[in-house]
Amino acid sequence: MKQKKYRVVGQPLPKKDSMQLLLGKPVYMDDITPHGALVVKLLRSPHAHALVEEIDTSTAWKVPGVAAIYTWKDVPSRRFTIAGQTYPEPSPYDRLILDRHLRFVGDPVAIIAAEDGESALQAVKLIKVTYQKLEPVLDLHAAKDSSILVHPEEDWYPPCPVGGDNKRNLAASGGDSDGDVDAVLAGCDIVIDRTYHTKAFQQAMMETFRAYTTLDRYGRLHVISSTQIVFHVRRILSNALGIPKSGIRVEKPRIGGGFGAKQTAVCEVYPAFVTWKTGRPAKLIYTREESQIAGSPRHEMEIRVRLGASREGRIRALDLYTLSNTGAYGEHGPTTVGLSGHKSIPLYTGGLEAYRFAFDVVYTNLQPAGAYRGYGATQGIFAVESAVNELAERLGIDPVVLREKNIVREGMVMPAYYGETANACALDRCLARCEEIFDWEKRYPVRELGDGKVRTAGMAIAMQGSSIAGVDVGSATIRLGDDGCYNLILGAADMGTGCDTILAQMAAECLDCPVDSIAVFSADTDVSPYDSGSYASSTTYVTGKAVELACGQLRERIRAIAADMLGCPAEETEFGGNCVRQLGTDAEVPLSQIAYRAQVNNRWAAEATVTHSSPFSPPPFMVGMAEIELDRLTGQVTVLNYMSVVDCGIPINPALARVQAEGGIVQGIGMTLTENVTYDPNGRPVERSLMQYKLPTRLDMGHLRVEFEHSHEPTGPFGAKSIGEIVINTPAPALVHAIYRATGVWHRELPVTPEQIALGLE
Amino acid sequence: MEIKLTLNGRPVTGSVPPGLPLLDFLREKGCLSVKQGCETSNCGLCTVLLDGVPVLSCSLLAARADGHSVTTLEGLREEARQFVSFLADQGADQCGFCNPGMVMNTIALLRENPDPSDDDIRAWLAGNLCRCSGYESQLRGIRAYLDSRKR
Repeated sequence: MKQKKYRVVGQPLPKKDSMQLLLGKPVYMDDITPHGALVVKLLRSPHAHALVEEIDTSTAWKVPGVAAIYTWKDVPSRRFTIAGQTYPEPSPYDRLILDRHLRFVGDPVAIIAAEDGESALQAVKLIKVTYQKLEPVLDLHAAKDSSILVHPEEDWYPPCPVGGDNKRNLAASGGDSDGDVDAVLAGCDIVIDRTYHTKAFQQAMMETFRAYTTLDRYGRLHVISSTQIVFHVRRILSNALGIPKSGIRVEKPRIGGGFGAKQTAVCEVYPAFVTWKTGRPAKLIYTREESQIAGSPRHEMEIRVRLGASREGRIRALDLYTLSNTGAYGEHGPTTVGLSGHKSIPLYTGGLEAYRFAFDVVYTNLQPAGAYRGYGATQGIFAVESAVNELAERLGIDPVVLREKNIVREGMVMPAYYGETANACALDRCLARCEEIFDWEKRYPVRELGDGKVRTAGMAIAMQGSSIAGVDVGSATIRLGDDGCYNLILGAADMGTGCDTILAQMAAECLDCPVDSIAVFSADTDVSPYDSGSYASSTTYVTGKAVELACGQLRERIRAIAADMLGCPAEETEFGGNCVRQLGTDAEVPLSQIAYRAQVNNRWAAEATVTHSSPFSPPPFMVGMAEIELDRLTGQVTVLNYMSVVDCGIPINPALARVQAEGGIVQGIGMTLTENVTYDPNGRPVERSLMQYKLPTRLDMGHLRVEFEHSHEPTGPFGAKSIGEIVINTPAPALVHAIYRATGVWHRELPVTPEQIALGLE
Repeated sequence: MEIKLTLNGRPVTGSVPPGLPLLDFLREKGCLSVKQGCETSNCGLCTVLLDGVPVLSCSLLAARADGHSVTTLEGLREEARQFVSFLADQGADQCGFCNPGMVMNTIALLRENPDPSDDDIRAWLAGNLCRCSGYESQLRGIRAYLDSRKR
């Protein structure tokens, strides 16, 4: 595809903050906040389901240095959600800061604040609690309409109608369809009917959850949090503490990774409550164990797929039922589940005659789930892609050829994707290119190496969205500084992805200046223009468009100021990057002079703010192919090569886009092969540390290669769509496919461990 | 207890509880590049050099550093600067939280083996977890630096 050439957009520039990060400069919450804050610790429930019968803090208070201890008796009684979503949130208001009713192992029982960490921990141990143990609901299958209720309370409140009912353990339920699925399935030559299961995988970002709170010089609550969602955190704290939003300021420093975990205010309410009550600065840093057991992991889902096809391999019908486990609280429960159908079924728009998608989201007495890169699409794509691969193997059709027959193509209307049209879709080209660079024909066949070792390959395709259509808001303020440089002020949150840099690249492109002339700031609710935050693959697409539009407005404003200086109408000027020229003459004024002029006897603000939202969520597309070596004796899988081709519209910064893809692929490899989430019979999580929760190391991912096929999204900035989330979606189905090729066994539950592979072969 | 050590070339003393991890001592002394990522010696974020040898400062008591020389990234920025721009060129820094530990261990590698193979690099840095990058860009960056030295 012919691509327009840009000067700065499309360049693989280093991140603006890379030297700060690589040289270990103090840029994170715990580096930049003052010493002397109260250290906040939480006493957590040892039981999956219990009531606090009695709680005695008198001994704990005797520990020197203890400044505050709070129990359920001390907190406001109004329920709220900690999910970072646009108001009215689809997530139910089902939390209190501390609740007498404890709903999972790790649910906070008391907040302790002390002068130092050791005193706080000592006090935690000295709080005496009598628990009334309740029977827990630990199995997602047993939750719906169980006699045991996770949320029996009368003040459970859903701000949106999402089909929830706390008296049935339902956080949400619903579905939709197009065409007569049962009739089409009945007429199909072959129906694949399988059920897939994925677990509550952890984002495991390297910087655990943490927040610092203090009162500023106006007596307002000032929060410095490692968060993706400063504006939502402000609303959440306002709801939780019962104080007006005008009394709260939330800012984020550099963030040590998020992947969606920090799209939920997992920890902020606790130090905020301490500061609000004591007037003193407070700091809470989750241990790795706390992040593992009381974080905000992926929703466990069980997905039944019924796929109907013709003998020739035309996929005619898809019927999905997703049972999602939101755990003890409903953060992101009603929304993640939707993506399991809406971002998997549309991949097969090509020949699809009918689809149906139905879901239930249940409460259980397990760790509450939340947002994790892929947000339900990951689970749905694992299920649908595995079913499609099984169809290919059953029909004896090459899985690449099967995709070619059925995939969505540019210009198609996608009934399963809210009726949106695929205006930019290079999935067909991604498929062809990946087949070529991977050398699919050579790697796909099963090759016996002797000693029980075998090599083969598997594949999958994927999609995601770009923002939440008609909901997400991105804004940018661009301001001319007095030396002719610019400030770009954002509410989006760079969590390491490099969005500060790529948004500056867009601004530099529009303002015809070097990227170094753009100083970026984000994010602070007192300073930044409103942005819903960095999630849902929205920042490049929505905030990026806001940057493009704001820069366009600022150019007009600069011309107006310059026209005054040149003594001509603004229509007779042109913006020249470092100057404004008068058309048809040699007259021009340099940008630095315009900037100074803007500070003297001037009534035009030399800045522009644009807020943007899109009625569409254009899907990026991707193809992934994995070559493995499998040892049939031990079940060990070694990933040799993982190649993928991504259609993200155009990559604004190919280096950063590539690393997004590589990082997502390795996370996907982790959730497929090594990362496990299990519980003991009492609902206590087993994988409590990084010793037990096995993140892939650099010896576990083989060789990666990522390429791009460009398309042009007409509603995106410079034709861009998104890339942040889609990249985690192909490894699970592709690796499971390869494992089937090597063993003849389909594994339908993640992760697929060597033990399961070896047992499956027996 | 009282300890005396050399921190980034300067003598420092401290009065520390016997159970204090070196990591906490170093952060208290202003070496904020040293990060904690786990409590179980699994992530490599807290890597510093003890008498020139890479160690995990979360799993070493400050008391054990008594009489020794400890180096953090604060003391090695010039040495690091030689190659970290190659990592930046690849976008390998990402969230950055694991960067100091990985950079420290890379310095240790290059001091020990100035011309490592890709497999040498992967093996040496295997204990440095990164959740963002997928590692490949880090390898490309280090490889580009090594290649630049050969020209």
